[in-house]
Amino acid sequence: MSRAPVPGHRQGRSPFEPLVAITPRARVALGVAFFVCFFALWGGVTWGGLVKPLFLADPARTFAAGWRLFAEFGFIGDVAITVSRVVGGFVIAAAVAVPLGIAMGAFKPVEAFFEPFVSFARYLPASAFIPLLILWLGVDEAQKLAVIFIGAFFQIVLMIAVMIGETRRDLVEAAYTLGAGSRGIVLRVMLPYAAPQIAETLRLVLGWAWTYVIVAELIGADSGIGHMIMDSQRFLDTGQMIFGIFLIGAIGLVTDLGFRAANRLLFPWQLGR
Amino acid sequence: MAAVSIEGVGREFPGLRGGKPTRAVEPLDLAVADTDFVAILGPSGCGKSTLLRIVAGLDQATEGRVLVGGREVTRPGADRGMVFQSYTLFPWLTVRENIGFGPRERGVPEAERRRIADRLMQQVGLTGFADHYPRMLSGGMQQRTALARALANDPAILLLDEPFGALDHQTRALMQELLLQVWEADRKTVLFVTHDIEEAVFMANRVLVMTARPGRIKKEVAVPLPHPRHWRMKTTPEFAAIEEELTEAIREESLRAAAMNV
Repeated sequence: MSRAPVPGHRQGRSPFEPLVAITPRARVALGVAFFVCFFALWGGVTWGGLVKPLFLADPARTFAAGWRLFAEFGFIGDVAITVSRVVGGFVIAAAVAVPLGIAMGAFKPVEAFFEPFVSFARYLPASAFIPLLILWLGVDEAQKLAVIFIGAFFQIVLMIAVMIGETRRDLVEAAYTLGAGSRGIVLRVMLPYAAPQIAETLRLVLGWAWTYVIVAELIGADSGIGHMIMDSQRFLDTGQMIFGIFLIGAIGLVTDLGFRAANRLLFPWQLGR
Repeated sequence: MAAVSIEGVGREFPGLRGGKPTRAVEPLDLAVADTDFVAILGPSGCGKSTLLRIVAGLDQATEGRVLVGGREVTRPGADRGMVFQSYTLFPWLTVRENIGFGPRERGVPEAERRRIADRLMQQVGLTGFADHYPRMLSGGMQQRTALARALANDPAILLLDEPFGALDHQTRALMQELLLQVWEADRKTVLFVTHDIEEAVFMANRVLVMTARPGRIKKEVAVPLPHPRHWRMKTTPEFAAIEEELTEAIREESLRAAAMNV
């Protein structure tokens, strides 16, 4: 078992030596500092006149545009519909992909049957399906969900199959000698072993689902954040466009923090790894 | 009837990329009586672990068969508890849940599992650690838990594959005493694989010396030291005499093994 000592935060050691820990306060301060730099740079180039407002709105105008979107144009409805599309498509994809991935990782014939096709399908760009999906399903919710499903499903299946397949062999053998059968091995050894990584994969793929939904909304939709961004382009309102993009980042950041908190609660046994 | 009988069991691993197959174990016979404590001693790579894994059902013999309680071994089962050299506790389960794993797989209800785990934790000195996760435990504590986990199914046979191999010398000595106490109390049939001569003599009633690869039983030495054994026994002349005899036998094999690995 690897339990390499992580160099602690001690006096006399520079934090710029590899793997030297920093205090939680310093971590938060540095993270916030980058946002400050980012806004400073943005404000600098816009207010300093380096970039024309037509191409890049300054921070104040961007947030004013954002305020107007919520106050006057009912933007909250668009946000809600985009979030529900992402969550809906992602949940459907995960609900099918996770069990299939587990079956593939655990049972070699299942893997041999699905793996080559899934590896192929994984490279099919989900966005390229949008024109086809519009033909098949129209521009309604089903089409949005389908785009996310195609984009997320194959990735999840493959990554989970690999994680389950990489379960430590000695743990599986120990479980066998304790009388576990196939069901016990899959459900009570492989699944808990891979669970933290599965959660991590889902967090990653959820991020990609956001990209797919926005692309789908840019191409053909009458609501949603992507639709708003497309509309704003028509009026050359870069403030609104930037605000829309910014908001997606903010929602992503919040979900990420939520996922991390959930992981800490769900997998207390691996704290400190 | 012998608790374990190994009948002409051999193991050959197929050659890599059409190369010559490697023989790990020459066909060998061995009968282990009920409640006996047998140590299998040999240089590293002599196939002693392979032999144990075949008895456990984790590896398949290329020839011969293993009978446990008169039935042929085809797969692993709860009748043969095993402790491995590597730390194999389930990291997501607490000490108590790890110990209760086997009973749980057999459908033993929660309250009963708890009772089994509490009793075993007391027997192996883990009281107070019930709710610890494995990563919070020292190596010695982890192997205590692993031993308790193997005992929780109350197996007739205990298979130990260098269980203390990764521990420091002092912890190792304590674990040997612990295991002896367990054996003296429960009288399980034990097959114990090790490359430590002192350990083999201290623990076992019979010590089998295996040759360097391919493994074959070269010598059998009885250890007629009385039970219960105390660590001071390691300093007696009788102990030293048996140790010397085994050292002689194993030295030759280690030299041969070293020459093969050049």
